[in-house]
Amino acid sequence: MGVITLISTWLIPCFLLIVLVVATWKRVPTYEKFVEGGKDGVKMAFSLLPFLVGMIVAISILRSSGALDAFIQLISPALISLGVPPEIIPLAMVRPISGTAALGMTTELIGTYGPDSFIGKLASTMQGSTDTTLYILTVYFGAVGIRKMHYALKVGLLADLVGIIASVIIVTLIFG
Amino acid sequence: MVNIIWALMAVAGIVYAMVNGTVEEVNKALFESAEEAVTLSIGLISILVFWLGIMKVAEEAGILQFLARIFRPIIARIFPEIPKDHPAMGYILSNITANIFGLGNAATPMGIKAMEQMKELSGGNTASRSMITFLALNTSSLTLIPTTVISIRMQYDSGSPTEIVGTTILATLISSISALIIDRIFYYRSVGRG
Repeated sequence: MGVITLISTWLIPCFLLIVLVVATWKRVPTYEKFVEGGKDGVKMAFSLLPFLVGMIVAISILRSSGALDAFIQLISPALISLGVPPEIIPLAMVRPISGTAALGMTTELIGTYGPDSFIGKLASTMQGSTDTTLYILTVYFGAVGIRKMHYALKVGLLADLVGIIASVIIVTLIFG
Repeated sequence: MVNIIWALMAVAGIVYAMVNGTVEEVNKALFESAEEAVTLSIGLISILVFWLGIMKVAEEAGILQFLARIFRPIIARIFPEIPKDHPAMGYILSNITANIFGLGNAATPMGIKAMEQMKELSGGNTASRSMITFLALNTSSLTLIPTTVISIRMQYDSGSPTEIVGTTILATLISSISALIIDRIFYYRSVGRG
């Protein structure tokens, strides 16, 4: 655990050091190349902007209208029968859709039930073990201009479902 | 498909709001979230510029190609479509490494760059097999240490904030492996159909 935290903090500075030393050794014009690559970053951020605005606004309509909550209520029985505790279902549903909303819910669950409660541990594990599928899809495909995503969304959402169920089973086995 | 899902989210929300009298909330959320999205995109500029700049230097210096060569045996199995020593491999590897160590803001630019390289390989604007595999890996999360979650647990005076690291790693492992399996199943199904 301590080792991994240590690696996490040292990784970037070490990587920078190696890149710059090797590049200078190989007579790469480092600063000029940095600027050249960085220009792509500016373009990329602006080309991403409409994708993110579109997606985030649509999600916020769904959330603020109460439709998302209604939908969660609708499918809750199915998830409860799979053994998912009802308190965790809103988080499980929102996790693939909105990263900020999921983080808010995790914080709320940890605050309400306590970080060391079963629900608190389950929320923590769930939050950490999957990522926001819709955001990643929007950013990665948006940035390079992929229009037809094929079966990508299905794969992402199915993997999320497996991740959610896995979290419940693992946390139940270890802390339950 | 994304067009239908996008329109459906908005339409369902608006109709629901009209029926349940939450139109005002929707109106407010509409403009707040648009602003939030712009802030998010602008916030991405700094990390995109920094990382794409550094990665350009790394590419020119041959470091990405070197990394790609070392880990080729593993990555080539997951991404059979990508030719050996192709820079896409280096970017994929950097993205995975950054993800594993929880460096999300370094992972995104490298991931986008990897996508760009894969798009060059496949051409066109349809998601290729390797793109979807890469996406599946990223959406299942590869993070070993969930730093944000740990800090929230600390804020709420957890007796053991890092207690959930083990379960998170286990859940991550299962979801990532499942993502790869599900991806394969869908790929072979789509090939089978012609």
